[in-house]
Amino acid sequence: MSQYMKSFVGAVALTMVASTSAVAGSGVSGAGAVSAAQLLWMSADVSSANIFNRNLKKEKDPNAPPPESGYHDPENDGTHILQPPKEAYVGLPTTEFGNHVDWVKAIDQDKLSPRWDRFDSSEEPFVMDLDIVREVKASVPDVVFPHRQHTEWLACANCHPAIFVPQKGANQINMSAILLGQKCGVCHGKVSFPITTKTCTKCHSKPKPEDWSPPLSDATLKNPWR
Amino acid sequence: MFCNAEHSFKWKYALLGLLAGMFVFALPPTAKAEYADVIINNYADAAGMRPVVFPHWFHRVRFRCKVCHADLGFQFKAGGNKITMAKIIDGKFCGACHNGEIAWSVENCNMCHSGIPGTPTHIHGSTVQRLVAPPYKALNSK
Repeated sequence: MSQYMKSFVGAVALTMVASTSAVAGSGVSGAGAVSAAQLLWMSADVSSANIFNRNLKKEKDPNAPPPESGYHDPENDGTHILQPPKEAYVGLPTTEFGNHVDWVKAIDQDKLSPRWDRFDSSEEPFVMDLDIVREVKASVPDVVFPHRQHTEWLACANCHPAIFVPQKGANQINMSAILLGQKCGVCHGKVSFPITTKTCTKCHSKPKPEDWSPPLSDATLKNPWR
Repeated sequence: MFCNAEHSFKWKYALLGLLAGMFVFALPPTAKAEYADVIINNYADAAGMRPVVFPHWFHRVRFRCKVCHADLGFQFKAGGNKITMAKIIDGKFCGACHNGEIAWSVENCNMCHSGIPGTPTHIHGSTVQRLVAPPYKALNSK
């Protein structure tokens, strides 16, 4: 409700500012000066796409309880019995993305110990601590793939050999494929941490060597006006 | 340049447009629930049941990915497992745990079948959903 009030007041304030300066602006329009207020004034004629430059909305309640999720049916009795995520997330390390829980850290800090076997809670995962460095053509830092965090959750057969061939140089990976849900994108961007500007450096974590400079493109090398 | 009659006429529209715009932007976003929740509606709607909402977060607190995705054979693909109640009561997929031994049993229909009817199968909050331009169908469907 308060959100509506705020935007209403904002709209009125905006129009008042616009009306006063539009009058002033019309005086100088002959001189060719176009103020921001005048642009707003002309907006009735011009495309409305040019009016606003607003920020995107922030997610207000990222861990909403099931009845407010938007896809659980509030008319279903069972929906109201389901546990609200916030209740389960108390005390877990947080992030700014995904579930807003750092699941890997939660295991590392012994805040969670999900079962590795569905019957036997004493079974431990076979953790392999091997980092794979992948050089990246672009200027972003190189990728370090840590097996440790992945083998704490997954079995080898989940990725090898169907998604990643276990051989150096045998896997062509690029961000387009990942964004479309292939390679790392089979999980990342869906269930494990999402792909946003806040998460780039989680994978692209190894800075380029000091003497590294971006390779020049062919178009630049052959540019006759260079 | 701005004669009076035209002036007030235009202003009415500008003000109306501005207010309408403000109200549209102030509306709350529709879906705001958990990242990685899967809505499964392969057969549910057609069978007169609500679609299933599978909460990854809830299961991840209790089991590692490996338990379902290696031991139980769940594919990494929303709707890709063709789960039916027949398979579940046979002890496959959800039925491997939801059998009254590890987790509650199948008589609690509306705990799983809790989605809004008509919601298509998808994984909530996925990067593909957030792309401004939809990806090619050929790459997305398999």
